[in-house]
Amino acid sequence: MSKPVEIEEAKFDEAVLKAEVPVLVDFWAPWCGPCRMVAPVVEELAEDYDGSVTFVEVNVDNAPRIASQYGIMSIPTLMLFKGGKPVDTIIGFRPKEELKKILEAAL
Amino acid sequence: MAKSPKKYDVIIIGGGPAGLSAGIYTARARLSSLLVERGAVGGQIINAEWVENYPGFTESISGIDLTEAMHQQATRFGLETLVAEVTGIGNKDKQKVVKTSQGDFTAKAVIIAGGSERQKLGIPGEAEFTGKGVSYCATCDGPFFRDKVVAVVGGGNAAITEAIELAKFASEITVIHRRDELRATKILQERAFAERKIGFLWDSVLEEISGNNFVDKVRISNVKTKKKTALVVSGVFMSIGFKPNTTYLKDVVKLDDIGTVITNERMETNVPGIFAAGDVRSNSIRQVIAAAGDGAVAAISAEKYING
Repeated sequence: MSKPVEIEEAKFDEAVLKAEVPVLVDFWAPWCGPCRMVAPVVEELAEDYDGSVTFVEVNVDNAPRIASQYGIMSIPTLMLFKGGKPVDTIIGFRPKEELKKILEAAL
Repeated sequence: MAKSPKKYDVIIIGGGPAGLSAGIYTARARLSSLLVERGAVGGQIINAEWVENYPGFTESISGIDLTEAMHQQATRFGLETLVAEVTGIGNKDKQKVVKTSQGDFTAKAVIIAGGSERQKLGIPGEAEFTGKGVSYCATCDGPFFRDKVVAVVGGGNAAITEAIELAKFASEITVIHRRDELRATKILQERAFAERKIGFLWDSVLEEISGNNFVDKVRISNVKTKKKTALVVSGVFMSIGFKPNTTYLKDVVKLDDIGTVITNERMETNVPGIFAAGDVRSNSIRQVIAAAGDGAVAAISAEKYING
């Protein structure tokens, strides 16, 4: 069982940019209601794609530098990284099937 | 993963206040009940930082806290929750078949409580700059606009609540409204008029949003004088209304011309055994308390339908 891991700002390079597999980053914050809509879907994806995609959560309150570096101005935002670069950005809630297609395209 | 087809007495589609209230009632009626929600429970009200018109709370409560409490309450009585997207409702023998992204589920009765989502304006720049200055949730995105100049589009309760909310962060807020007065509840109007950071552009509609990587201005047209002006802003918060989540229902139940489900006062649709509650319903007043009331009525009608 794989669950999305919350990562700190200092660990972003190692956990996301240097990862060998695609990484889906969930930018969220505790005060954001719709972020709670996205979380259970991301958790299910983390189980389905255990081993082939890594799932991390970035709390924008604790990682303002990362949020601003990637131009996050709306949460929830899911950003898919591959080979250290963002390859897809999903703003707001999307159904699981749609997210699956995005992940499949990156694999 | 996908569960095997399972039978329930009642399936409730949507986990906002209408669906959750229905679940409290059906579960307490000892009907096996499944609530299907595509994300987490809560509905549109989770966008509200504070709810002050739901009875029983002397201080305001956040939309999230209110609906989480409803969910816990319903779960305590036995409501099951499934995260899945509903794609259709069919018939099999005398049962309803609810088709979802996690497989088919059957039930004796179905309560549609799928609510609505924010309406998009469909103007140039809106889609392009979504998440780059264009936002549909002030509670979520307000903190990204600290000390910035923003616009709020709309004049209803959601728009004015968002403008007041944004005053905590933004340096200046312009409410752009197509009429010459607000539709929002008076108490919200009083607060907005008293907030010196909030200004108003009346009789005005947004025509275009532009910028480089992020929004830097909007073009506005006055509907009376036809005069066009530009406004320099970093953020545009859209609050122009809602559209019902009923695309999968077109061939299932009777909808009105704006796509909401037509029901009678017992929350019955034109199809026996299918009920509707909350914002998804025709002529809904779009308030948590009304959604909760609808949910209770729908649940009791479903119980009568099942038990005869």
